Amino acid sequence: MLFGDFFKKKPSGETAKDRLKLVLVSDRSACSPEIMERIKNDIIEVLSKYVEIDNEGLDIKITQADGESPDEKAGPALYANIPIRNIKERN
Amino acid sequence: MGEVIVITSGKGGVGKTTTTANIGTGLAKLGKKVVLVDTDIGLRNLDVVLGLENRIVYNVVDVVEGNCKLKQALIKDKRYDGLCLLPAAQTRDKSAVTPEQMVKVADELKQEFDYVIMDSPAGIEQGFKNAIAGASRAIIVTTPEVSAVRDADRIIGLLEANEMEDVKLIVNRLRQDMVERGDMMSADDVVEVLGISLIGIVPDDEQIVVATNNGEPLAGDDSLAGQAYINICHRIIGEEVPFLDLRRKKGFFAKLFGKN
Repeated sequence: MLFGDFFKKKPSGETAKDRLKLVLVSDRSACSPEIMERIKNDIIEVLSKYVEIDNEGLDIKITQADGESPDEKAGPALYANIPIRNIKERN
Repeated sequence: MGEVIVITSGKGGVGKTTTTANIGTGLAKLGKKVVLVDTDIGLRNLDVVLGLENRIVYNVVDVVEGNCKLKQALIKDKRYDGLCLLPAAQTRDKSAVTPEQMVKVADELKQEFDYVIMDSPAGIEQGFKNAIAGASRAIIVTTPEVSAVRDADRIIGLLEANEMEDVKLIVNRLRQDMVERGDMMSADDVVEVLGISLIGIVPDDEQIVVATNNGEPLAGDDSLAGQAYINICHRIIGEEVPFLDLRRKKGFFAKLFGKN
């Protein structure tokens, strides 16, 4: 097992880079939890006109978007996972 | 008409002042007229790093308050033709100068010098605002550490908000041995995270401590750091110079392959 652990251990330089990327996403977005909650509620309100949403399962977050190529830096992006229970009948 | 460049970092202790002193010395060695402005009012240090601490009569606060003419406050470095220092005041604080006053000082210095280099204090408050006010270019100094890079990112955001277009990065105190064994972020890692282009990589070199002890900047000498600094100066004036191979040991090979 020890032998395996030796190879699995992540170098600390890589850990530093990963931690930095995460902390910078939240630093750059500068979005407070209250604002996120308001965005979430507004999304529910708008979408509820058309579909029935699972409010409990709804998840939104700001993360780093992938660029066109691996080297390209993309800005923060809003990701939303919105489970739909039922599509409402159009009238 | 000269250019105004601010050297800044956000985090303290990453080597802004040492970088400023060496860039100033290096540009002077390349034949440019350079003035270094210490904007760290209350905590001045550029004078000691340059070895000019005994020659201060007036300072930047005296200039903006009209106690002396700008020329009277400038200290000529006798070792390097074309290099001058405008020292900070030591007994005042950052509020003694406003950004508007700094712009005026910078505009006046631009008439006389090819490069006006502003040494910014750490932080993002008044002193930082003073330092960036008159500048059209910025050089951000960071070390390959999480805290320094995070602060650098914040500074980049603030410079963008101030419509600074030319923002370059120096990765300072890089330890190639640690990078190679995976225990330090590489310059490429830092560039990838921050998304701005690199103007220099300065290795962690004992000679910098010796140089600071003696008050004699080492830009352009044959130490690895001295070579890194002079290369940065070449890039500042618009020349393309390849980045140093930090794996190289100085000495025989350095002499064999010359400046690069």
